[in-house]
Formats: sequence, structure tokens, C-alpha cells
Amino acid sequence: MTLDTLPKGAHAVISQVVARMVDDPIATRLGELGFIPGAPVEIVATGPVGHDPIAVRLGSTCFALRRGEASRITLKHDL
Amino acid sequence: MDAVTLPETATRPLRAALVGNPNCGKTSLFNQLTGSRQKVANYAGVTVERKEGYLTTPNGRAIRLLDLPGAYSLSATSPDEDVTRDVCMGHHPVEKQPDLIICVVSASNLRLHLRFLLELMQLGRPMIVVLNMMDEAARLGLTIDVPGLAAALGLPIIPAISLRKSGIANLLNALDQPEFLPPPALKTDLDVHGEVGKLITRFTNEGTLRGDRMADRLDRWFLHPVWGPIILLVVLFFMFQTVFAWAQPIMDALEAGIASLGQIVVSPLPPGLLRSLLADGVIAGAGTVIVFLPQILILFLWILTLEETGYLPRAAFLLDRIMALAGLSGRSFIPLLSSFACAIPGIMAARTIQNPRDRLVTILIAPLMTCSARLPVYTLLIAAFVPHRTVLGFLGLQGLALFGLYLVAIVSGIIAARLMTRGVASDEHPLMLELPPYRTPNLKSVALGLWQRAVMFLSRVGTIIVSLNVLLWALSSFPSPPANATGAAIDYSLAGHIGHFMLPIFAPLGFNWQICVSLIPGLAAREVAVSALATVYALGASDDNAANQLMPLLSAHWSMATAFALLAWYVYAPQCISTLAVMRRETRSLKVVLGAAAYLFGLAYAAAFLTYHVTRALTG
Repeated sequence: MTLDTLPKGAHAVISQVVARMVDDPIATRLGELGFIPGAPVEIVATGPVGHDPIAVRLGSTCFALRRGEASRITLKHDL
Repeated sequence: MDAVTLPETATRPLRAALVGNPNCGKTSLFNQLTGSRQKVANYAGVTVERKEGYLTTPNGRAIRLLDLPGAYSLSATSPDEDVTRDVCMGHHPVEKQPDLIICVVSASNLRLHLRFLLELMQLGRPMIVVLNMMDEAARLGLTIDVPGLAAALGLPIIPAISLRKSGIANLLNALDQPEFLPPPALKTDLDVHGEVGKLITRFTNEGTLRGDRMADRLDRWFLHPVWGPIILLVVLFFMFQTVFAWAQPIMDALEAGIASLGQIVVSPLPPGLLRSLLADGVIAGAGTVIVFLPQILILFLWILTLEETGYLPRAAFLLDRIMALAGLSGRSFIPLLSSFACAIPGIMAARTIQNPRDRLVTILIAPLMTCSARLPVYTLLIAAFVPHRTVLGFLGLQGLALFGLYLVAIVSGIIAARLMTRGVASDEHPLMLELPPYRTPNLKSVALGLWQRAVMFLSRVGTIIVSLNVLLWALSSFPSPPANATGAAIDYSLAGHIGHFMLPIFAPLGFNWQICVSLIPGLAAREVAVSALATVYALGASDDNAANQLMPLLSAHWSMATAFALLAWYVYAPQCISTLAVMRRETRSLKVVLGAAAYLFGLAYAAAFLTYHVTRALTG
């Protein structure tokens, strides 16, 4: 399961951030923003058109991610 | 690396740089420290703002403080972050490596900000940490063992609330130390996230806290899929109501004031060249500059306030999908919407777009958004050439034509943006936008921001606009007509000659020489073309009734194809030098301005050419 498929209001824990290519700058940046294995996330809101982008709460910060960005983040199954 | 020691006799001021994540309160700290002693410019070749200020510590040490762009990491992903990385690492071609890094960290967002702090510490440069937003941390119930954290990091930490001047005195005292030490070396293979986690568990009570309840409650409304866009529409409605409607009386008053000032100043002078230069060149030119100010200030009052409260990133969230159609992000929406009032505040508002590529593309397509100065030309030509009747029972044909002109411009803007964004980077265009906590806007920061915009516009853009106005005045006034002249004075001037000279180029668009001549003074401001046409047709009418007198004359003299071609020309043409001047100022690149002028001119020419020939084929 990836972060972009998580419904609004749901909580989850990050399994890993998957790079799309060698030196994927988006995956690197997600890691730097704190999207790291074990971090708890919550979907706060989804965009009005096509549920894109999504607002993700990560610790005390909230980030807006486009679905393509969020699809790089896989979640742990055993919730 | 050695400690930086500066003897009190040192002649060179200490170079310090504020570094930190976006939304750490760095800029309000910068404002508190330097007040109005700031210089805002651009880094050469990139649309990245360079802010430097001066301050003197209680013991008299002079400090040059650089406010570096906010960054999440030293592995930069945008030109903003490139500047921060290059300056911090001492690789910047112009900017020298700072003697001291003042790292600003938000206490309410330690997990994110400490990571960047550890990364900066690995540079081994002398450093002080400002633990900002202590009030917000307290509101969240977060307690931090500051001395413990400072000891663990081996760095001085100064707690502060930059919005309330709190901690500033302590920071100034810290800046008075005789020497600044680099932090103890970190392991090169340090697991930064792991280290941050350990520091947070040891020195804060974060684990026992629930998130920001107020932000959650507000976001439930502001980011709601239905209510969110409705609230945004209401906000935008009020915003543009004030930009269009409130600014108008002030602008009219300013215009009238400048006109009467012109009268007072020139009345003692005998009629003649000097009087005309002062009245029609200099004072009228200064007038066109000052008239933009109310719109710029009102728009920026809104933007700065919305930015400070944290609402602007939420608006960008709601609008992201729509702007993605143009290959841009939600941040470009407000600058582009403002451009419907006038491209000048719109282009200036593009400063709020963090991504420099998006900023550049937004600036380049802003002139395609139909500004209000085009309206006088549109209404004149539509009234003269589009029949006044209704279609489908209720739609006025003239209104439809006007709507069509707006629509064509918007669609062209989207296509142009798409083409420009596709050419630059084929890879994925990231959003990854932080939605910061809601905050009360700080009056001083907003006032300072407004002041800087006004000064920048008047001093940098104003001088260009006034000089160009004087140049246009000279072109339209010299040489003066012979004594027995029968035609309009402008026809004998250089502008008239240029107009006639331009005729072969514009004849394929169906333009006659009168149009060509009126295009030249129209460069000063688009709406001037109407009164210029009146002058060329020797109506001698004042601005107020020029349109009314012109209308029958134009419908008799021009073909419909010519009129529609001129409308098409006006949709695209880089007709306003003030816009080009502000573009030059904002991008610091003549190449960009020339490129913009060339692409807009090309579009205008092609559109007018097509319109002329298609209309002629259809109307026979």
C-alpha cells in the first residue's frame, strides 16, 4: 500500500520511500522532509479536484504532496 | 577549522548569514535585527532575492547580515536552495563565505529543523543557533531542555520569539562574543534522522503531545473539498474587489492631482517646448508611475497578510490541480489573477513563488492576462464593429466578443506556459509544499514588506518608465509641424515618420498608417492608444469624449477585418513598456525581457494576420 491510496483521516506508518530512478531528487527530498521508515503519517485533506494533491500530517508538520510524490512512499501493512 | 576571532580594531564588518528551513521565522528575525537598514536585490542571473542588512551590537561590532533563502537541505533542489548551499559552503561565485552562520530553528517543528541544523554543523563553520517560535512551542505544550540541547550539540542556543522581539537582546549579546567556535565535529557517517530522534526524546516531551489542535480545526474548513474552495472564492472576491474598486478612486484622485500639479508647475512657463516637456513628458510620465502604486500596495497588503497567516500555501494547495494544467503550481494563481488588473503588480507578486522556474514562466505569461488598460481599446472597437444585438435570446453579442477576447488570452497563456514548462524540464515537477501553522500576521513585517515594494517600484521601475515616457514624448513632438500644416501635429513628428515607416510591416495585418502612428504613444500605456488615434484623426478631442467621437469615424473608415486584427493584436502585443520595465527589474535579465517581447510580438503578429485574413475571407 502506498501513501496516495490512504483515505482521508486514516493513520499509517511509513515502510520506506521508493526511488523511481538513480538519484531520484523527489525521493531524496521526501526523506529530508522526514518521510522516513517508521514515521507515522495522517491524511488531513485531499484536493478539491481529483483528490489531488493530498495534505499529509507528519509529526508536527503538514505537507501538501501531489499523488505522484506520495506514491513513492510505501506503508506498513500491519496497522 | 579555526575559530573566527575579530579584534575590535578590525575594519571589516563581521559577515553573518541567517540560515534555516522555510517557515522558521527567519525573515521576521532579520527584520527585528536590521529594521529598515536592509538592501533587497537579486542574485545575478537568477530570480532569487538577495536580502542583506546591517546592524551594530551593543558593544559596537558592525555586522553585515545576509538573509539566505529558506532551504530544507544542502542537497539543493531549486535555485533558491542552490544559493544557500553555495554561500554556506563557500562555493558561491560572488558572495563570500560567511564568518558566522546563524541557524534559525523553529521550536515547534524540531524534527524537521534539527535535521537541517545537523547537516549545517557538518560544514564545520562557526555557528550560533536561534531557537525561534518558543511561544508556538509553549502553546502546543512542548517543553524543551535548552541548556541540555545546547550542551549535547556543543553550540550556543538562544531561545527567541522573533515576532515579539523576545530573545533579540540575548542574540545581540551572543554576537558580541570575541570569538565564534565551530561545533564539535560530527561523525561523517552519522544517521542524521536517528540522531534527531535521540535528541528529541532526550530533551523534549514531544512524545506525549498531540498535534496542533487549532491548525487541525481550521484546516478542516480551509482544506475542505467543498467549503475550502468556497472560502477561497470569497477571499479572492474581496481581494480583487479591493484591488479593482478601492484602488480606482485613489488612482483617479492621484491622476487628477498630478494633472493639476502639472498645470501649476508649468503655468508660469510660456507655451512651448520646455512647458510641453515638463507637462507631457516628465510629469505625465511620473503620473503613470504613481498611478500604479495604489493597486500594488493593496494587492501586496493582501498577499503579505495571507502569506503571514499561513493561508496562502493552503490556497496554493486548493488551486494546485488547476494550475497543473499550465504546468505550474498553485502558487502562480494569485500573480496571474492580479495581472487581470494590471500585469505590473502581478509580475511583482510572482516573488511569492518559491520555485524560480515557475516564477519565470508566471512572469512571462502575466502580460497575456487581459489587464484593465486594454479595456478602453476593446470597448471602443467592439462598440464600433460588433453589432449591438442579442443571440440565443439573452446573450449580448458585444459582451460575448469581450468575453471571447478574455478567453482567448487565458487559453493562450495556458498553452504558452505548457510549452515553456515542457521545454525546460521533462522530469516530474514537484510540489512538496509545507503547510505551516496558522499565525497572527505581524504588523511590522507587513509594513516593512509594503514599504520595500513601494520603494523598489518607485526607484527602480519608476526611473525607467519616466525616461521612456520622455523619450516617447520627444518622438511624438519632434520635429514640430510646419506653419502651414494641415494634418495632425504628430504626423509630422518622428513618431509619425516611424509610423509611416512601419506601415509595410503592418500592412499585411490590415493596419493603416493612422494605427501604426497611434501604436507608438500607446507604448507608454495601452489605453493611450485611444486618445492617440483621436489625435491622429485630428479630432482634437479630450480623453473623455475621444471614444464617442471616434466610434462613428472608425466604423466608417476601417474594415471589420482591420478592427478585429487590431483587437487580436492587443490581446498579445507587448504594448506596455512599464510591464517590460518591471520584468527587467524582477528578472534582472535583459535576455528574458527581449525574449518575452519577441514571443509576444510574434504571437500578436500571427494572431492579427490570421484574424485579418480570416475575417476578410468571411466578410468578403
